[in-house]
Amino acid sequence: MTRAPSQSVHDNPFMKPMEWVSLALLAAVIFLVLPMLLDAFRLNLVGKYLTYSFVALGLVICWGFGGILSLGQGVFFGLGGYLMAMYLKLEASSVANTKIQSTPGIPDFMDWNQITELPWFWKPFTSLPFTILAVLVVPAFFAFVIGSAMFRRRVGGTYFAIITQAIAAILTILIVGQQGYTGGINGITDLRTLNGWDIRTDRAHNILYFLNGGLLVACILFAQYVKRSKLGRILVAMRDKEDRVRFSGYQVASFKTFAFCLAAVFAAIGGAMFTLQVGFMSPSFVGIVPSIEMVIYAAVGGRLSLFGAVWGTLLVNWAKTSFSESFPELWLFGLGGLFILVVLAFPNGLAGIYRTYVEPRLTRRVKALAPAPAVALPHAAE
Amino acid sequence: MADSKGNGLQSALRRRLLMGLAGVPAMALMPRMSFAAGPATATVNTTGLAVTDTEVTVGILHSATGTMAISETGSIQAEKLAISQINEAGGVLGRKIKIIQEDGASDWPTFAEKAKKLLVNDHCAAVMGCWTSASRKAALPVFEQYNGLLYYPTFYEGLEQSKNVIYTGQEATQQILESLNWVAKEKGAKTYFFIGSDYIWPRTSNKIARKHIENVLKTKVVGEEYFPLGHTQFNSVINKLKLTKPDVIFTDVVGGSNVAFYKQLKAAGIDLSKQTLLTISVTEDEIDGIGGDNIAGAYSCMKYFQSLKNPNNEKFVAAFHKMWGEKTVIGDVTQAAYLGPFLWKMAVEKAGSFDVDKVAAASADIEFKEAPEGYVKIHPNHHLWSKTRVAKALPSGQFEVVYESPALIEPNPFPKGYQ
Amino acid sequence: MLGDYSLTDLSSIFVMQGFAGLILFSVYTLMALGLAIIFGQMGVINMAHGEFMILGAYMTYLCSGFFQTYLPALFPAYFFVAMGLAFVASGALGMLVEWTLIRHLYKRPLDTLLATWGLSLILQQAYRTIFGAREVGVELPSWLIGSVQVTDTIEIPINGMFVMAITLLITAGVALLMYRSRFGAQVRAVVQNRPMAGAVGIDTERVDRLTFGLGCGIAGVAGSAFTMVGSTGPTSGQLYIVDTFLIVVFGGAASLLGTIASAFSISQTQSTLEFFLSGSTAKVITLLAVVGILMLRPQGLFTLKVRR
Repeated sequence: MTRAPSQSVHDNPFMKPMEWVSLALLAAVIFLVLPMLLDAFRLNLVGKYLTYSFVALGLVICWGFGGILSLGQGVFFGLGGYLMAMYLKLEASSVANTKIQSTPGIPDFMDWNQITELPWFWKPFTSLPFTILAVLVVPAFFAFVIGSAMFRRRVGGTYFAIITQAIAAILTILIVGQQGYTGGINGITDLRTLNGWDIRTDRAHNILYFLNGGLLVACILFAQYVKRSKLGRILVAMRDKEDRVRFSGYQVASFKTFAFCLAAVFAAIGGAMFTLQVGFMSPSFVGIVPSIEMVIYAAVGGRLSLFGAVWGTLLVNWAKTSFSESFPELWLFGLGGLFILVVLAFPNGLAGIYRTYVEPRLTRRVKALAPAPAVALPHAAE
Repeated sequence: MADSKGNGLQSALRRRLLMGLAGVPAMALMPRMSFAAGPATATVNTTGLAVTDTEVTVGILHSATGTMAISETGSIQAEKLAISQINEAGGVLGRKIKIIQEDGASDWPTFAEKAKKLLVNDHCAAVMGCWTSASRKAALPVFEQYNGLLYYPTFYEGLEQSKNVIYTGQEATQQILESLNWVAKEKGAKTYFFIGSDYIWPRTSNKIARKHIENVLKTKVVGEEYFPLGHTQFNSVINKLKLTKPDVIFTDVVGGSNVAFYKQLKAAGIDLSKQTLLTISVTEDEIDGIGGDNIAGAYSCMKYFQSLKNPNNEKFVAAFHKMWGEKTVIGDVTQAAYLGPFLWKMAVEKAGSFDVDKVAAASADIEFKEAPEGYVKIHPNHHLWSKTRVAKALPSGQFEVVYESPALIEPNPFPKGYQ
Repeated sequence: MLGDYSLTDLSSIFVMQGFAGLILFSVYTLMALGLAIIFGQMGVINMAHGEFMILGAYMTYLCSGFFQTYLPALFPAYFFVAMGLAFVASGALGMLVEWTLIRHLYKRPLDTLLATWGLSLILQQAYRTIFGAREVGVELPSWLIGSVQVTDTIEIPINGMFVMAITLLITAGVALLMYRSRFGAQVRAVVQNRPMAGAVGIDTERVDRLTFGLGCGIAGVAGSAFTMVGSTGPTSGQLYIVDTFLIVVFGGAASLLGTIASAFSISQTQSTLEFFLSGSTAKVITLLAVVGILMLRPQGLFTLKVRR
């Protein structure tokens, strides 16, 4: 049934040659091809899309490997984004910048809502290290609470999906309703500097783009590490036969919670990078619609493939931008059709197509160069 | 009113004018408004905008898709109408206006994105656009950063002022205070109940209304309720209305909620011919969905209604119907959107330049005497002086104006004592 | 807030508030019934459920227009025709969708979720293309407008009572169908053991298709009824979907009784809270309570069998 972990490590080098090639290809596209081909405006757009791919990456771990479909990843994306936005907003709301307000020195939307003092939970966000820590810890904690409560009671599959969706709805209503503390439906806007560095210039956008790309590659490598570790194998085993894993003495709930937390942290990193590159955050990235759209990125890319998640995100967003510019009406038909097509015909997405048609040919050539034992990826049971 | 017979206008144009195109008379005010070539491009464009010897590029940025498309379509239509009228009358500084239209898709970052595209890639001399506050807030930093010029048509909550934005709709105090005075005087209202959708515009508007009711009119607010956007069940709040029996129900519910609210109000037996209801969120556009029967008798306060009786408006309505079909209704925001291109044109001509800094500076005190709403003037704070009107909804879906403020009301986006 | 009012005022408000809660309960039950059949009996997550409702609403809209123009004499009765049409249209579309889409995905419930979400996008855009982006209002026959004056201070909206009556009828009909008819027995047999049901000669594919069609048809009737209280636009369906799923899940998926109980408790909580608090807060508290309870008791209020 389950192979001994020591043996599996021998069988599985950290990445197969083909995966190194994929990584190199992705890195080349992100760091060389796109920056050379695109102007500053388009590159910033791609940077924005890449922040979504953090979410898709997280979904590959918890949905593809762990079988837990969360329809509320927007919650974590939003949390990361909002926490970063709080820091940036405080910096933009210096007393000098907000002279015309009745209470200078607090964010403008608080002033509009008759709040005269910075609320306590905003205060720590004057510190950048604290903010970065919060971006990583708060969503993880949140995911831990949700995950441990539900997985321990063996809530799975569709139920989990619906409940996370409801959580996304609740958070949106809360953010919109508590506008004195959150900026309401307008979100937190007009963010200018990060620790004194103007993030609105083309140069800053460029630097942030490369930072974003670097973080993404780091996250992919970490996800790869998890996938190759014993934990990743247990996740897959659980997805396919949860009871057997449980009977083998593993704490199924803890593994699931971990995967969910990891996905949440990835999403939050994406959210924080989103805020930095786009310059604002609003509840429209928290709700149900963006959450489900993010799932489709992962599905198009291939729910089992870390690289596929990134490609899928780029492809769908590129299509969205170019189609919605020329045929706004057709776009929704196209997006809807894409959902259906991917599910019906290509359940493993781009990565599945790649694996069936492209990889066998490539592998033959690579084998000739580097004779490494290629072990097939654990495919879905479906 | 200006004499509508333009001096430099050729006969074909005059025929158009007689056919009822509004706005054209504005040309009469302007010198050099024949088809003669305008001044050299190098002198009118020193900042690299998309201006050639024959053309100038202007952007339109609204949602053509998504949930907001319902509301924003009217604005797009009005802006296109205004621009085609300007072009037929010879353009701006001898240059035809070329439109680049972008879709904000009801998504706020898309607005920021497309605003940036219009300014950075297309070098638009001006942009007519945005509708919701959220989309404006998202796009505003872009306009400020790249020094663009935005004409924003919607009535909104105020608390904002920018060199780079001309607000052609009313800010909250303009819209609300006068109508509250009217309802207090005319209906002897002593108690008010607020019902709004839960976001910044209703909350800010209600805050201003409450301060006015409590501090100036010395009367009472007996309830204030907010519902999430899209909420459709109002029976509980209707019961509260029955319990508290306010003299005036003051509403700023938006979108689909509107329809549910008025239907349920009617079903619950609250008769709007007896119960005074004052709304600041229902224009002719909304009545289309609510159904005239369901809201007949309610009072709406806006600066413009389609049924307004004046020659400017009659021309405007005729031209609008000719271009977009007889059935299209024209609401307050649609009219405000129509003002944008004309105000820009006049500011450009006053400045003698397309440069944003010069146009923004020249905008103060620009008068538009042919505005369908009557007469407007740009205040140095970039909002418009305008009148406020209260009108009663009719079963036909139109409004009957019952009150008009005697003078233009000064825009006051940062009202002292109301914050 | 209650101190300033007289006892008669308060008691009549209490009665009307009770009715407000009951109306909300009927609305919730109607929304959830169709989904309870599809999700509860078949395990299919139909994210396009809201769009099936809106299809019913649009059928009602078309119907009212048709009667006004061609059969003005019969206008007072058009609503019944409209509801029948709504059932047929949504049901037929549902069966078509089951045949082309859903039946390939029975073993992958999470994938149905994605596919039906895609379907909902397509339907929304189709509505927008056909009926326009603007919301449409449905003209009601005069007998449905207004309210019944019970006492001086108690008034009950007629359309609310009409919705309640429809809900009662449909619920009773569904209960009869599921628990007293041959078809119901077949449905339950397929749910409990598909291979065995097939082995005893039940055409399981046909049962699936009819069940799905029935659920969608009821959604259509619900949409038709909602035109009396709400609006109809291309995206109105999305407003209902989260609430509806929560009701079904909260009730315990496989139990019709559970769905009704959950619709009752959620609607009463929300309507009472709305009276004492503000609308937004009431909504958040209700949703939080539901999610909280679901975390502690994931099987919902009522449950018949253990899920995986």
